[in-house]
This record gives sequence, structure tokens and C-alpha cells, in this order.
Amino acid sequence: MSRKSSLLVQDRRTKKRNAAETLFKGYGMIAIAIGLLMLCILVFNIVSRGAGAFQQTFVTLEVTLLESKLDKNGNRDLADLKKVSTFGYAPLLKTAFEQKVTKAGLDTTLKTKAMAGILSKSAPADLRNFVLANPDQIEETVEFEFLASSRVDGYLKGRVSRDSIGNDKNISVEQLDFVDQLITEGSLEKRFNLTFVTGSDASDQRPEAAGMGTSMIGSLFMMLVVLALALPIGVAASIYLEEFAPKNWITDIIEVNISNLAAVPSIVFGILGLAVFINYMHLPNSAPLVGGLVLTLMTLPTIIISTRASLKSVPPSIRDAALGVGASKMQSVFHHVLPLAAPGILTGTIIGLAQALGETAPLLLIGMVGFIASNPPDSIAAGLMSPNSAMPAQIYEWAKRADPAFYERAWGGIIILLVFLVTMNTIAVLLRRRFERRW
Amino acid sequence: MGTTTIVILVILALTVLAYSVARNRALAGAGGDRRKLHSLPTYYGTNAAMFTGVPALGVLVIWLLAQPMMIESAVVKLIPDSVIAEGSSVGLVMSDVRRVANGLDIVIRSGGMTREAALALDTTTTDVRAALAAVGVALGSDVKPKVLSAAQAHRQQSSSGRVWMIGITLALALIGFAISVAISKPDFRARNTVERGILALLILAASLAVLTTVGIVFSMLFESINFFRLHPWTDFFFGPKWAPNFRGNSDLSILPLLWGTLYISAIALAVAVPIGLFAAIYLSEYAGAKVRSAAKPLIEILAGIPTIVYGLFALLTVGPMLVNIFGRGEDGLLGVEWMSGATAVLTAGLVMGIMLIPFVSSLSDDIINAVPQSLRDGSYGLGATQSETIRQVVLPAALPGIVGAILLAASRAIGETMIVVLGAGAIAKFSGNPLEAMTTITTRIVSQLTGDTDFASPETLVAFALGLTLFVLTLGLNIIALVIVRKYREQYD
Repeated sequence: MSRKSSLLVQDRRTKKRNAAETLFKGYGMIAIAIGLLMLCILVFNIVSRGAGAFQQTFVTLEVTLLESKLDKNGNRDLADLKKVSTFGYAPLLKTAFEQKVTKAGLDTTLKTKAMAGILSKSAPADLRNFVLANPDQIEETVEFEFLASSRVDGYLKGRVSRDSIGNDKNISVEQLDFVDQLITEGSLEKRFNLTFVTGSDASDQRPEAAGMGTSMIGSLFMMLVVLALALPIGVAASIYLEEFAPKNWITDIIEVNISNLAAVPSIVFGILGLAVFINYMHLPNSAPLVGGLVLTLMTLPTIIISTRASLKSVPPSIRDAALGVGASKMQSVFHHVLPLAAPGILTGTIIGLAQALGETAPLLLIGMVGFIASNPPDSIAAGLMSPNSAMPAQIYEWAKRADPAFYERAWGGIIILLVFLVTMNTIAVLLRRRFERRW
Repeated sequence: MGTTTIVILVILALTVLAYSVARNRALAGAGGDRRKLHSLPTYYGTNAAMFTGVPALGVLVIWLLAQPMMIESAVVKLIPDSVIAEGSSVGLVMSDVRRVANGLDIVIRSGGMTREAALALDTTTTDVRAALAAVGVALGSDVKPKVLSAAQAHRQQSSSGRVWMIGITLALALIGFAISVAISKPDFRARNTVERGILALLILAASLAVLTTVGIVFSMLFESINFFRLHPWTDFFFGPKWAPNFRGNSDLSILPLLWGTLYISAIALAVAVPIGLFAAIYLSEYAGAKVRSAAKPLIEILAGIPTIVYGLFALLTVGPMLVNIFGRGEDGLLGVEWMSGATAVLTAGLVMGIMLIPFVSSLSDDIINAVPQSLRDGSYGLGATQSETIRQVVLPAALPGIVGAILLAASRAIGETMIVVLGAGAIAKFSGNPLEAMTTITTRIVSQLTGDTDFASPETLVAFALGLTLFVLTLGLNIIALVIVRKYREQYD
């Protein structure tokens, strides 16, 4: 008995096999799609939530700097002026709002204290700093731009609405009505906020004044330490392992060690830093120097691995040629192999630095969180030794302050951090493209 | 400028001087004809600079590291137990001693007291606390006589130590200078000496990696031993409960934490392994060069994003989203009340899974690519379809390598900190419900070691035992994974 079959018609089994084939391929496509989708969601999420941090609501206000409040002696003596605390400046703001209401003909039943409540808590301090810097402007009317409080800012950004503030003691519906009037009047608006990039962290009462600047300096100093230590040590170690090391159990141990160190959880390096650098050597807590040392140990394996790869890619003929014209082994390495491997080493170093820049966990253990990093360092020594935060640590700090206004800062901080990482990685890729040599 | 800085500057100046003197001496010895020298003139200079600078600076660094510890241990003996108040510890008294010693230094520097007067100080006649407060050193309590005498001993020893340090390092530099200049004659094999020196530095740099590992192990081992002295090891390894209590009598068992860690890692792997593996299969077997060169780096971006970003993503995006689905009762999507807070095992697990996708996919991709083409060709020749070839030939051949890749991803998951700190919660318990908050080893390390820590209490020291366990766990996984991957690579080489 012969079974009828044709090459033109697929039998059931072939159909099944082909269907399985399509399905399998489909799984692969779905997996790729999920991966890419996650990336898109992540990026979209970061940008949409963080972009707001770069904008801030400002209130334009004309304040009359009354001599009767600020300088009762009338002699503009700085020592006397300093005696007036920020509390002494609050009435000026109230008066300024009163004048604004009459001048612009706004219709409101708010008390002046509630009007001043839409300003940031840092407004009186800003005013005081201005007066101390320009004592000759007392008795004059000066136009100021104050930060609005985080609730008002959230109202303009759609985070706060009249329904959501039911139990909020910091803002009332009447105040929001007043804010609406100020917006139509043109003295309250949302605009680009450079302070977020350059400024310091602020206390948890004033999210609107917090910025990334100081922690960026902290990160910069840490990266300088990492660069100054990890690059020379890493390159030296790789040169030894790649060019000089005999094949024996000692170098075997070193190699196994390096590849294992690359996979040790970062928090373990934090414990090491705490135990060795802080408890044993008594280096200061929270100092970028300690952070830099810990990150150096973490970055070393990365740099060693990439440096060895680029040393390996220099062809042996270069070494042989150098040896042939009478160079010593050391001279052939330092005069010929190392310069040829330099672009690869540089690329690896930049990638290692980028990794170190985003690392958070070890910084938690050496105390770079949990305080308000509000003072930018004034010298290199202070930059290394005095307590500071770092970019990822600052982001963590903001994420822990349970206030949506700080969450926005945290996402904004992530944008800044990612801009740095993307820039560094792009430089690394460009360097590789520009200098990569095929032998 | 501190004395140490001056010493360093002097040594550096001597080094530079040695360089030029030795170089010129060698040249002069050859009558100005550099062809008569054994090595290039710079090598004579470098040799002298090396002999002058390296030993002196090396001793200086070791001295600076060792001296505080030696003085510390000498001074600790001066403090009788009677001074250590109830609830206090030697460490706290020692920090008082250090603060008083520093304060006395500042007083002397600001001219408030002569050296002799500081040495003769007596708590019965002078109010030391007020004297120190006058120069800005605030003390928590009045200075006890024993603490003052310990502080005075501390000062005396550190100043005599500093004198010795200056003397020895400068002597070393001068001896090195003299010897190296003296031997700088034309027939001296300067290059060989310099190269041997450089090689020694290279070896030193290479062994720093080993030193780091040793440092990690010892720093955690010592504190872990201290912990096990204060707390029974049976409770740590086999106890039922994690309930630290800073008044003492804590239950500190690693088991609930280990459960949370493994549970979250398992969810993460359940997300990452299928997606990563299928992505790798598609990229290496199906995708054309164009798709591959675009998709591979894009997916690898996920691995380059700092973990703090994932942590925030878990806490503020994924967590609330899950609460929307599984929680909030009638307002939620499913109308159920299974999840109360944003932090949960599932939150952390999902996000960690996303983070691990590129780890699994890149490694598996490499491994699948390493399977020889001849195996595939053989399978096609027998009439298998592409997916049959992959399932029955390529994957079995690549299996050991893929297992290695998964183990590496698992070790990443176990050691991951920021995602679980922000996304997993702080409650240690045994529970199978993925919508509940649970805690992990890494989160407990962070919480026990941040804030005010007292390194004499088991509640703080337990972090080191946890860290050591974590280290051993991840190291074990890595070694197994590396051995498997290496064995597998050799198979087809």
C-alpha cells in the first residue's frame, strides 16, 4: 500500500514542524521586544518624571527694604544688620504681598501670612543674604524672584491638585486660588532652574531649593582619586601579568583573584572600606577620599581586564622588532607596546570610571548619605577630606525623604547622572573607533 | 603645613637632586662621552632617584599606617576598667582620649598653653573641658584624670614617634642618596638595576589584587569572630528569627534573610533567564547582521544603568503599579486587597530581572556562538529544522556554558543591594507570598551599618558576619560558574 504524498502539499507532520519553527522564532522576537520595551519604559519613565526638576516656579515680588525693620540704628553697620534674623525679614514679605494685592487689584480674602506661605521657606534667608551683601539698598524697593514652595510648584506641574490637598497643612485651596490670580497677573511662573544643577542639597522642608551641584563635586573628587590610583596600579599590574609573569602557581592565584574580585558584590567593598579605611585608619567618615579608595579597589579588576586585552592585541612582531634592534624587554614594553595599547587602556579606564560613578551601595556604608550636603568644599583638601555626598548617594537620599517633591528631584538627579554616563561611554566608543588598529 | 608634608617635600627634593647628581657623575666619569657608559645617562639618574626616594617614602607610608595602631594599643593599657562607665566601651573612652589629645594639640598651637604646661595639666587644678572648649573642641563630659593622663601619654608617644619617623626616613633617603651616587660609575649596570626596580613595582601592583581579597576576608573575619564571641553561632546559622534589638538580647538569624534573598533572586532569574536566553538564541541564530548590531548594544545598555536607577524604578514605578493591580481593594484593577505597600518581593524581583536580562543574554550569546558550525551543518544535513537544531543540538552543546552564565547572574542577584534596599522592604520573615515585603542579606547589612553604630554590640557586628556569608556565597557561585565555563570552552577549542 502506498501512501499518497506530494512535494507541493505539506503533510501534517511537516506543518507541525514548521509551526513549531515559527513559534520558536517568535519567542526569540518577543524576548528581544521585551528587552527593548523595558529599556524604552525605563528611559521614558526617567525623562517624564525627572524633566520637571529642571523647571521651578518663581514668584516675582517687589520688596521694600524698610530701614525701620532691618537697621534700627540707621548706620548700615554690618554687625548690626547681622543681628536681624530671618524672622525679622518675614514681615517685609507680608508687606510686599499686601502692596502687590492693592497694586494689581487682586481679589482675595487671604491673610498676608497665608500669602507669604506660597513662598519657599528659604525666601526670608534669600532676602537677608541680599541685604547683607548690598546694605546700601536699604530703604529702596527691589524686585526679587523667590522660589515658590514645593506645593505651589507641584500645583503648576500637575502633581498637586485641589482634591489632593485635603489633609495638607502646608497649603490650602484659597492659597491655590491666589496662585491662579498671580499666574494670570504674570508674577508667578515656571521656568528653567539652573540651581538644580549647580546648587546644594537643602533640608527636607525645602525640596524646591535642593540641587545636585555639591554632590557632583563630591563625585568629581572621588573620580579623581579613582583615576589617580586605579589607572597607574591597574596598568602596572596588567603589564606584569601580560608581559613578565612566569606561568606558575603564584601568578595563577593572582589571575583567579582578579577575575573573582570583578564579581564580588559591591557592598562587600563597602564593608572593607568601613573596616579598613574608617575603623582602622581613622580616615574621616563620608569623605570623598574614602569613597574614592573603595571605588578604586572596585574599579581595578575592570581596568586590569581591559588593559590586558589591549596589551594582548598588540602583535608579538612589535616586541620582536624592538628586541631585535637591541631594546631590553622593559624598553620594548614601555617604548612600543604600551603606547600602541594606550587607546584601548583609555577606553577601558573610561568605562571603569563610568561604572564607579554610578555605584551607590558602598557609599552607603562609608556614610555618604544621611546628612544634608549643603556646603560645597572650598579647597582641594576639603574636597577630599570633608564630608560630602556623591551623585548616586544624593539620589538615594532624596528617594528616602518621603515627599513627592523630592522624588521629582531624585528622577532629575538620575537624568544628570545618566547624562554623565552617556557622555563618558560615548567618548569611550569614539576613542575606540578613532584609534582602533587592525594589525 | 604639617611636618609630614615637609618630610615628603624634602625627600622629593633629595630624589630630584640625586637624579641630576648621579647622571652628571656617571657622564663625568666617562669623560663626557656617553658611548663609554654601560647604560643611557638617564638610567643612572633614575637609579639614584629610585634608591633615594622609594625606600624612604615606603617606610614613611608604613609608619603613618602603623603608628596610630601601636600607640592605640599602648594607651589602651593605661585605661583601667574603672574608667569605663556602665553602657560605655573601651572604644568610646579611646575616642575621648583622642579628642582630648587633639584638643591639647590645638591649644598649644594657638598659643594658649606651653608644651610643658600641657604635660603638667591636672584635672584637679584646671578645668580641661573649659580650656578645650575655648579653642572649639567640645567634649561631652568633664575629663576624668585617667583619660587626661592617657591623652597626655598619647600625645607624648605620637610626638616622639613623629621625631623617630622623620629621623629614620630622612636617614634612609640620605643613605640611598650617598650609595647610589657613589656607585654611579660608567661601568655600573644602571639599566639592569632600574629595570629590576620597575619589575618589583609592577609585581607590587599586581599583588594588590590579592591584598584586596585578603583585606576583604580579614576585615570581615575579625569582626565576625568578635560577633560570634558575643552571639551564639547556632542562633546565627540555625535560629528562627531576625529581630535586632538595640537594648540587647536580639535574635539574629541569617535564615529569614537568606530566604528573602533567595526568593527575590529566584523571581529575578525567572524573569531574566527565559527572556535573556531567547534573546540570545534569536540574536545568534536568527537575526541578520543589521538587527544584531542594533539590538545587542541596546539591550546591553540595561546592564550599564546604575542600580540606584533600578531601585528608584522599583520603588516609584513598578511598586505602585503592582499595588494598582493587586491592591487597593475596589479601586484596584483586580479589585483585590492582596498588596498593601509598594515594597514587595515581586517588585524587587521583577526589576532585578530586567537588570539581569543583558547578563544572561550576552554571556549565552557568546557561548552559543562558540558552538562549532559543523554541529549545526550536520543537523541540517539530517533534515532538522532550525529550531530543532537549536533545541536538540546547539543548546545541549552549550548547556554547561549557559548554566555557568545563569550562575553568574544568580551571584549578581544575591549580591545586588540598591534594588532591594529601595524595593524589597524591611520585614524579615518566612513567607511564600510574593506580594509581601521581605528583606535580604544586603539590605540588613546596609541598615545595621548606617547611622549611629557601636562596634561593640552584636547588632552592628552581625553585619560583618552577614557580609562574610554573602562573600562566601557569591564567591562559591562564581568559582563554580567559571570552572564550568572554562571546561566548556576547552571542549571546542
